[in-house]
Amino acid sequence: MATAELNRDLSAIRRLIAKAKRYDLAFSAVGFLFLAFGILVFTALLVDMAVSGAGRLSLDFFANFPSRRAEGAGILSAWVGSVMVMLVTAAFAIPFGVAAGVYLEEYARKNWFTDVIEINISNLAGVPSIVYGLLALGLFVYQFGFGQSVLSAGLTLALLILPIIIVATRESIRSIPQIIREGSYALGATKWQTTSHHILPYSLPGILTGVIIGLSRAIGETAPIITIGALTFIAFLPPSPITSSPPYFNFEWLASGFTVMPIQMFNWTSRPEEAFQANAAAAGLVLIVMTLSMNAFAIYLRYRLRKNIKW
Amino acid sequence: MASTLEAQIKAVPTVLTEGRESGRLAFKFSRNIKERIIEGLLFLAAASSVLTTFGIVYILVSESWQFFKAVPITAFLTDTQWTPLFADAHYGILVLLCGTLVTSFVALLVAVPMGTIIALYLSEFASFRVREFAKPVLELLAGVPTVIYGFFALLFVSPILQFFFPNLPGFSMLSAGLVMGIMIVPYISSLSEDAMRAVPMALREGSYAMGATRFQTALKVVTPAAFSGIAAAYILGVSRAVGETMVVAIAAGMQPNFTLNPMEPAATITSYIVQVALGDLPHGSIGYQTIFAAGLTLFLITLAFNILGYILRRKYKESY
Repeated sequence: MATAELNRDLSAIRRLIAKAKRYDLAFSAVGFLFLAFGILVFTALLVDMAVSGAGRLSLDFFANFPSRRAEGAGILSAWVGSVMVMLVTAAFAIPFGVAAGVYLEEYARKNWFTDVIEINISNLAGVPSIVYGLLALGLFVYQFGFGQSVLSAGLTLALLILPIIIVATRESIRSIPQIIREGSYALGATKWQTTSHHILPYSLPGILTGVIIGLSRAIGETAPIITIGALTFIAFLPPSPITSSPPYFNFEWLASGFTVMPIQMFNWTSRPEEAFQANAAAAGLVLIVMTLSMNAFAIYLRYRLRKNIKW
Repeated sequence: MASTLEAQIKAVPTVLTEGRESGRLAFKFSRNIKERIIEGLLFLAAASSVLTTFGIVYILVSESWQFFKAVPITAFLTDTQWTPLFADAHYGILVLLCGTLVTSFVALLVAVPMGTIIALYLSEFASFRVREFAKPVLELLAGVPTVIYGFFALLFVSPILQFFFPNLPGFSMLSAGLVMGIMIVPYISSLSEDAMRAVPMALREGSYAMGATRFQTALKVVTPAAFSGIAAAYILGVSRAVGETMVVAIAAGMQPNFTLNPMEPAATITSYIVQVALGDLPHGSIGYQTIFAAGLTLFLITLAFNILGYILRRKYKESY
């Protein structure tokens, strides 16, 4: 009698456990499906871009200016413009970002102003990119009189990616153990000597990761550049930064009009003709290969870093 | 002779040490100066980020100020037409706000469930190998330029949706919103997963020891414990959706449309700014100032969400 009851209870408990475990399995399956769906969409995006754009990819596509005839159009002015804008962006964002990160981690005292800077940076990271475009339109283009130039665009994107570089620098510096600094101080080094001889070199890979991710974001950023009024149809190149006569370089290119890859793609996407949309796909393919390889390199760098460094 | 020599010999060390002393002092002094200058420069770099914020606020407010001199703020907030470039100009931001609201809502309808489930799966269920594969891929997904998502929404997703809903126009808030949702998934999933991973193992172990399954633990222990972090992820997702520009500019059409129906095309705050920037409105005209008024609205909305998200995130970081 008692054993029968016990058996009944036991089987009821077993059923309960089996039921609860079915939920486990079901949720596992759902989670995996959602993840797979996300990855599927990503693949669809890549394949769609490749199928409609690959036919247009040729050397001519890189060497031709945009044109009214879709077959003859290319991305020469776009990729040259992108490279030049990135030069300006990197020249401003990297020193400022790294310096700010170093200051906040190594130098800053815990006071209200440091708090303000920190809250401010985390807020800036959340400001929509188009608002940076409006800032640049009002400030760089009109008040400073830089015009709709490479310089304005580069500075805008530099401001945009500054928070990314600052955060990456700080995280990288924070992972360096205190004993490194103490060892350096014990040998009589000053704060800056410690920073420049030890902290910066050791945190370099982490900073580099942040810089690459920031630049890859900047290269694909469209909205702020449209807002400052970049032209969508440019059939000339900015003057070359390197000249054949002394002093062998000039800065005229900074003031030149320009277009960049994502804007060229946007322009072609918004045309109704299918031939131009194929151009858009090809430009998108170039853009996505560029950003993805930059991102992949950064991710690889970070994974390697995690494995190799043991303090 | 000898005494002078002696004196000289005696003098040598003092001269040497005196020289060394003052040299060391001078060296220390210059070293301190250099240290100070460097610290000052680093400080300026850090403080320049505050200047950026001031710059944004100054430009938006000063240009909007000009705008609100011409257009009363009540008309801006209550008018139900947005026709700033017509002869009979109306400036009702509600029209653009509606577009922003609908596209963001559609996006969140996709991103919130998908992001949360992926985060729970990765943090509580997935094997090490799945996680090591999935996380970098999600990161790559977050790195795709938005203009490419716009292209994808217009030329890939819209035709598919039109197959299911034959009446759907080529430009619609639905397709823009759906793609934007997919775009935001990686942000929500990675931020929520961080929050879930911050939940101490002891809580899970306690739950398992009481006989709970993984699913029960994930739902009843991990999720509530990570709640403020997950909420922060949602809120930052909203702020991203509201500020997203290229997807809606390309795929949602750009004509202002006062509707809540996602099956229709409409302009959002961001796509209106793009539309105006693509044309050539003269600097200082009222049409030019509208984009700053629209931008100020956008900035205030995202600022509110960002602050809320910041507070929530701080809370979960402190609690363990």
